[in-house]
Amino acid sequence: MLKLLQSVVHRDLLLAMRRRSDVANAVLFFVIVVSLFPFGVGPEVNLLRAVAPGVVWVAALLASMLALNRLFAADHADGSLEQMLITPAPLSVIVFGKVAAHWLLTGVPLVALAPVLAVQFDMPNDAMLVLVTSLALGTPVLSLIGAIGAALTLGARGAGVLTALLVLPLYIPVLILGAGAVDAAGAGLDASAHLMLLGALLLFALACSLWPIAAALRIAVE
Amino acid sequence: MLEGIGLECVRGERTLFRGLGFRLERGALLRVAGENGSGKTSLLRIVCGLTPPAAGELRWQGENIRSLREDYWKELVYIGHANALKDDLTAQENLRIGCRLAGLTASPRQTADALERFGVGRCAQLPARVLSQGQRRRVALARLGVSAELPLWVLDEPFTALDAAAVDNLQALVGEHLSRGGAVMLTTHQEVGIAAAGRRLDLSA
Repeated sequence: MLKLLQSVVHRDLLLAMRRRSDVANAVLFFVIVVSLFPFGVGPEVNLLRAVAPGVVWVAALLASMLALNRLFAADHADGSLEQMLITPAPLSVIVFGKVAAHWLLTGVPLVALAPVLAVQFDMPNDAMLVLVTSLALGTPVLSLIGAIGAALTLGARGAGVLTALLVLPLYIPVLILGAGAVDAAGAGLDASAHLMLLGALLLFALACSLWPIAAALRIAVE
Repeated sequence: MLEGIGLECVRGERTLFRGLGFRLERGALLRVAGENGSGKTSLLRIVCGLTPPAAGELRWQGENIRSLREDYWKELVYIGHANALKDDLTAQENLRIGCRLAGLTASPRQTADALERFGVGRCAQLPARVLSQGQRRRVALARLGVSAELPLWVLDEPFTALDAAAVDNLQALVGEHLSRGGAVMLTTHQEVGIAAAGRRLDLSA
């Protein structure tokens, strides 16, 4: 089972490496959006510090969503998904592998780039640390929830918009907790409560999202 | 080995077939015939467990495939209408990954042999994007070359886009599988020798 998981992740990473521009899209979007804000808002330090958590988190959320339609659509179109549905291993393993690959390709670069971008907002060091931690806990949740939306809208016309409508309301708790954690740290408060709740959300999403994704994929291929 | 009882397939508003029954024994070939749109592909998808039948059931070794699930799928290889090839991967990578997803352990030697056998050994290192339609079909069918131990082969229009040599090759492979005691279910429009040898299941009737 572990071998299958490994080969699914390896396959998706290999495919992404052959098509680097697709991956770069989401990351570039994140960098551009976050970098434009300081220009638009002006060099007022207090204001920049105040908007930083929200801006970084909203940009991360949208960047993660941008890459969602790629998650299952290509496999659906070329018939690979059918083959995945009739493997002798539980479908959840394959789904987990695909979501993990999605996170490695969109979530991890965001986590890595966030501190660099946060410098533009003059974010204090401890807030920066909380930002990285909150993104590291929050972006996998975004990938998992997003995958439910992507699987449900698979094969539908205008799937992109539909996915956004389905998924954005579910993203909001992650956004509130993530940005809230950074806000609290910036104000010199303890952010651990926010981070623990984010961690709990991640565990909950891990436990509860794989099955509905698998079920939605089966329905989509029927 | 495989038995369909009272199968019914409904697509949208249309009933494609109703009360369809068949038996597929060890070493037997079943050819599904019928005009376009008569539900051949739908039947094969039902047989693979991708689509549940509107009524009736499919039994593998006497047990319903809906309850067997993974235990049934590990006995089955399905080559569908779509080739399930990734344009950005090479022919060899496509075959290797396809095998791994299907839970088959194929050594690099075996995959190379399978590609060679279908005459696409030369293109093994080329991305699938640059292959012709027939070559892509051959790469997809090369899966059969490493699926010898899987008893049930379900092939949807395996002969399309293939040239005469590849058709003969595939027929030989299917013949070997039948003599090994495997079972094959396929659809085809071409009048090929091996298909004529098996039983016919006509959907237009």
